[in-house]
Amino acid sequence: MSENQEKPKKRTRREFIQDLGIVGIGTLIGGSAIFAGVNYDKRKKAAERVKVLTAENEVMEVEKSELAKSAKPALENLTYLQQQGREGMAGKRFVMIIDLSKCRNARKCMAACNEAHHLRPEQHHINVLKMQDSANTPAYYMPKPCQHCDNPPCTAVCPVDATFKRQDGIVLIDNERCIGCRFCIAACPYSARVFNWAEPIHSLEDEGKVYNVELNVPQKKGTISKCLFSADRVREGKLPYCVSACPNGVYYFGDENEDAVTNGTTKETVRFRKLLEDNGGYTLMPELGTHPRVYYLPPKGKEYPFQEKDKEEARERLHNS
Amino acid sequence: MTKQSKTDKITSDLLRPIRLNWSFKIWFGFLGLALLVCLGAYGLQLKNGLSVTGLGDYVSWGMYLSNFVFFVATSLIGMLISAVLGLSGQKWAAPLARIAEIIALAFAAVAGLVIVMDMGRPERLLNVFIHGRVQSPILWDVTVITIYMVISALFLYIPLIPDLKICSEKLDVPPFLKKIYKILSLNWEGTIEQKKMIQQSTRVIAIFIIPVALAIHTVTSWLFANTMRVGWDSTIFGPYFVTGAFVSGTAAVIIAMYVFRKNYKLEEYITEKLFDMIGKLMVLVSLIYLYFNLNEYMVPGFKMKEMEAILIRDLFSGNHAILFWSVQLLGLVVPIILLLFKKMRKPLPMLVIGFMVLLGAWFKRYIIVVPTMEHPFLPIQNVPQSWKIYTPTLIEILVTLAPMIMVLMIITILAKVIPIVSVSETLEHLESVEQAEGELKK
Repeated sequence: MSENQEKPKKRTRREFIQDLGIVGIGTLIGGSAIFAGVNYDKRKKAAERVKVLTAENEVMEVEKSELAKSAKPALENLTYLQQQGREGMAGKRFVMIIDLSKCRNARKCMAACNEAHHLRPEQHHINVLKMQDSANTPAYYMPKPCQHCDNPPCTAVCPVDATFKRQDGIVLIDNERCIGCRFCIAACPYSARVFNWAEPIHSLEDEGKVYNVELNVPQKKGTISKCLFSADRVREGKLPYCVSACPNGVYYFGDENEDAVTNGTTKETVRFRKLLEDNGGYTLMPELGTHPRVYYLPPKGKEYPFQEKDKEEARERLHNS
Repeated sequence: MTKQSKTDKITSDLLRPIRLNWSFKIWFGFLGLALLVCLGAYGLQLKNGLSVTGLGDYVSWGMYLSNFVFFVATSLIGMLISAVLGLSGQKWAAPLARIAEIIALAFAAVAGLVIVMDMGRPERLLNVFIHGRVQSPILWDVTVITIYMVISALFLYIPLIPDLKICSEKLDVPPFLKKIYKILSLNWEGTIEQKKMIQQSTRVIAIFIIPVALAIHTVTSWLFANTMRVGWDSTIFGPYFVTGAFVSGTAAVIIAMYVFRKNYKLEEYITEKLFDMIGKLMVLVSLIYLYFNLNEYMVPGFKMKEMEAILIRDLFSGNHAILFWSVQLLGLVVPIILLLFKKMRKPLPMLVIGFMVLLGAWFKRYIIVVPTMEHPFLPIQNVPQSWKIYTPTLIEILVTLAPMIMVLMIITILAKVIPIVSVSETLEHLESVEQAEGELKK
């Protein structure tokens, strides 16, 4: 009894194959119709002919289909530059070593950086600070770029992924996406980020330039800017702007994977880990767990005296605490 | 007085303010003009960038962010009065529910705008939705504030439905307005079934709004606590902000109570007894907040870790000392002491105290945001002097005032189109009182 009732609901195999056949043939017919249509369209287009001017200044008539769209050079394509800037360079892990015993506050690094990234004089991707840690320890100069942390607090708080960490260790920002909330400034313990409070200083001459994420030029009003480890120069195999500009041999830059860093002044290449080991290298505020990619060598046996006029500024903090 | 005449009196008393009179027009015109001036200032900011403010690369969050925290804080009062007190059976607070909800809705609705006014690129706001990253606390804030706004609107609207029906019947307004009231009242007939529906849905919202309200201010506190900065890097920031929110919200309600009572002549409905009770509530929430303040400043103050010591010295005896102590004493300690006396829990003294607390609450947010930004881990050098110590500009102050004016406008409008004390609930209350009296007589 129950079998009889259920039977009509079930489809027999024969019915199923029948249906399958109908669907199959329908698809074939439909598909071939679309195929024919597309082919017809192509032929129609091919028949269209256009006049072009040759290099010899002669007018020629060619089929439209023979014209190839000239691809925009990659370097002028914003989307391409954004993508390249986000991905970074495969197989690289960039590092910087700053030798505090050599810094005499020449500030050539700051000038070169400001020029390259079209910054106002008070905007510092890299800032040479006058430091003194306690009353009896000596004062010293400390260049402070972005630390390109491996655990960056700034990228974690960005609501729109405008700042990001690349596979080669560099932390960049995309000022075409930045909404200007400045949460990253609040989050950065190294005060490494700057903001374009006003119209950028070179905004007139930069007008129309295609934005390069790896240079952060043109700067844009209402967006963040920061040290980029000169990602554009590094891509060309060159040293960063600040590193090359230093007259005192303060900076080493290189690749952790290759275990080699090059001094920007002497152009001498040395072992990265050995340099740190031999000189007691350290990172800034390791207790914060940010894992900086910028290392410091202590101001041991300073080659240059600390300027008398800078002493008060260096001690300012000590008075406060 | 017969029962009918009593009902009529209540209805006409509570509906009387719903009409356009001169004082409303003058007040609203004044608000409108003031808003125009402030929006003009914002126009300048849009044109010239945030450089028109006193902000710099070090103090990059200033008045606007403090204002945002204040707005989110004050909006929490709807949850405290209508939900917490309502659910715990504190019947005395019922006449305040609508005022509290209107304040909550107004502040929550404008809080979003405050944060947009702080953005360097407000035209890219949509990026938050297009490219939003779940790990950023800003995303959490956007989500919960939107939810809270919607729930607050419902919390205001659903208990309002019976009143809308009364409005459509009793108000002396043009027919098209009557029609709008009628449509909004969703065919309210006052049947037992409908009453039950409203009761149930209000209860569900009341329960649901508590975690959401806790979330909005906890998440707002995390904008700070989730950074490593000295003064923000604190695990008690969530409850510290939430309890502080109750203080500023209660102050806002006290001020609104006084203003409506006086202007709308509602002395019989917003009674002195009500002021007395809300005064006691104020003491309670302020004491809790004081306790969190003690924790927040005493613990680091005892240890005096290097960087924290710099900040604590700045607050206790440095640049911000006057503001810090004014906020703590005049905005918190003195009001607590004053409100312990019954004489002070009268309308006029409470108005003054309410203003003290509300002002203190605003500057408290400033004291939380600005000094911390002035003291980063590394020294501030090679930048203009104005970046080391933050001074807000006139434009910045005007832009900060704009959202406050908007809140006042929203409250003013809402209080002009709906009864500020629930008519239907007052009538119900009357009925239950009479019933009880009747039973006593028997």
